[in-house]
Amino acid sequence: MIWLTWRQFRVAAGATAAALVVLTVALALTGPGLASGYSAGITACTRDGDCARFFDRFFDDYQTPFLAVTVIVLILPALLGLFWGAPLVSRELEAGTHLLVWSQSITRARWLAVKLTVVGGAAVAAAGVCSLVVTWWSAPLDKSAAPGFTLMDPLVFGARGVVPMAYAAFAFVLGVTTGLIVRRTLPAMALTLAVFAAVQIVMPLTVRPHLLPPVASSFALGPENVDAFNKSSDEEFPQVILDWAIPGHTGAWVLSSRLTDPSGRVAGGDGAPVTVRVSMTSGPCAPSQQAQDPGRGFDACIAEINRLGYRQRATYQPFERFWPFQWIETGIYVLLTAGLAGLCFRWIRGRLS
Amino acid sequence: MSPVLQARDLAKKYGKRWALRDCTIDIPAGHVVGLVGPNGAGKTTLLKLAAGQLTPTSGTITVLGGRPVGDPAQLARIGFVAQDTPVYAGLSVADHLRLGARLNPGWDATLARERVERLGLDPRHRAGKLSGGQRAQLALTLGLAKRPELLILDEPVAALDPLARREFLQGLMEAVAEHELSVVLSSHLVSDLERTCDYLIVLVGSHVRVAGEVEELLATHHRLTGPRRDPDRLPSDQHVVSASHTDRQSTLIVRTDAPIHDPAWRVSQVTLEDLVLAYMEAPAPTHLRPALEVQR
Repeated sequence: MIWLTWRQFRVAAGATAAALVVLTVALALTGPGLASGYSAGITACTRDGDCARFFDRFFDDYQTPFLAVTVIVLILPALLGLFWGAPLVSRELEAGTHLLVWSQSITRARWLAVKLTVVGGAAVAAAGVCSLVVTWWSAPLDKSAAPGFTLMDPLVFGARGVVPMAYAAFAFVLGVTTGLIVRRTLPAMALTLAVFAAVQIVMPLTVRPHLLPPVASSFALGPENVDAFNKSSDEEFPQVILDWAIPGHTGAWVLSSRLTDPSGRVAGGDGAPVTVRVSMTSGPCAPSQQAQDPGRGFDACIAEINRLGYRQRATYQPFERFWPFQWIETGIYVLLTAGLAGLCFRWIRGRLS
Repeated sequence: MSPVLQARDLAKKYGKRWALRDCTIDIPAGHVVGLVGPNGAGKTTLLKLAAGQLTPTSGTITVLGGRPVGDPAQLARIGFVAQDTPVYAGLSVADHLRLGARLNPGWDATLARERVERLGLDPRHRAGKLSGGQRAQLALTLGLAKRPELLILDEPVAALDPLARREFLQGLMEAVAEHELSVVLSSHLVSDLERTCDYLIVLVGSHVRVAGEVEELLATHHRLTGPRRDPDRLPSDQHVVSASHTDRQSTLIVRTDAPIHDPAWRVSQVTLEDLVLAYMEAPAPTHLRPALEVQR
């Protein structure tokens, strides 16, 4: 049975392996240069004492390939579910060949078990290899990533570490299940894509923030967590916009970042501008002061707003939870995968002819 | 002889539709059994149930003394060639033989190789490029080389041209003679079965209308032609299968073990096709006229 599974699967396996080899070679050729550029930059910036600017520049330089490889890891599980999972059984049902193979001296449960193990194992391995080389290659970039692109942020989290393997296993078995139930390859592929995409969107939006209770805390305002400071001519007071960042917690996944006023009430935030009642006629925020030294003036004005009692109230998942989250999410997907596989076996025993 | 297939009140439901209902049937061993009936009579469902590809909704079925369920040892005893003789289009002929060898403990590699050679199939040829007849032969080879005790074929020749049809059935007959296996073969065309089968079952609307050895059936069925009269007034040992009347004349197909002496009738032989058609056209049997089985 293993032979037959491999015989039917070898073309798809070969094509995917070739694509992975191309990716690995490309990353292996560029990876060392990226790493040495990073370490040279770090040495230089520690001497100058301004590593923030180096991080910005370094990440900007490589943002396009960084996003490209990240997207590859993100969509690979969907492709595996679509092209390996969905046709696995539905193509046999469409061609009637299931009746040929099921009338050999082998139970259909064993037939399905071997197919799931061999092809599903290959899907997990493919996603694992892809995630491994991308995680290795992008390590310097992950260390210097801008807010929104750090390891804990949804876009990057799903493309690093072990979760891509769990996604691949889930997508693959999801494809097999829809193929079994729908019995036609193309509708099964469409359904697989729709369901998998929905799960991948719902997971980071609603489930992942609560895998562990988020940390909630207040932080003093400073250049790290204040993005902008504006004053329009027809308003008496200026507005500030908070950044999705937390002072002293680089790389945290910020779930909310809001401004509290001196009485401790939430005044607004989460990306929206908030009015602060700071004097614009005198003091550090006055335009006359700002004009003297824009760079230093901004910091001084923020310090003045902080002195008045405005704070950042943030909930976040600290960067240290990256690996706990990876394992918890892997566990969730493994359970989903096992549940779907169980459904497949029940279905193939009872519902199919 | 002990039956190769025995069903009691067998039923299978797909959703809300009954594909087979109240089917009670005995198929004796050592025969090439033709299962004939109109489309939708439940032939495919019955054969899939027998091959263990379906589980019954209710009732029981035993094949070769065991339940045809997903047990490899039982599966090994039954060969099944499904409707339209499916094969893997992407695999070569040799791959199919390898598949059979890998998945069947009792695989007869010599038989398979010799059959493929005799058929003139190129082992490197992809099955998807084979003609319908060659494909059917390949599927039959897989079914035979498994060395089953019972080989079930569901409409194996329905899609074949007359020449391929004859070659297929001839190949089947040779294999039966050589390996002494029981065969159940379904068709909705009597002509396919006429030269192949020595036992016939007519299945209409899930019910067995008649079952028996072909010779016996032909010997006991007669066509009577004569002046118009009411079929109910025939002697009690003459069972009317079908009757058609014109203004002045009646034509009856009757089954009887005794000779017919009434001089008013002109008695003539029926062909297998006449017989099958008579049973297929006949109204469903009532309690008074139960389905007849011709037994030795």
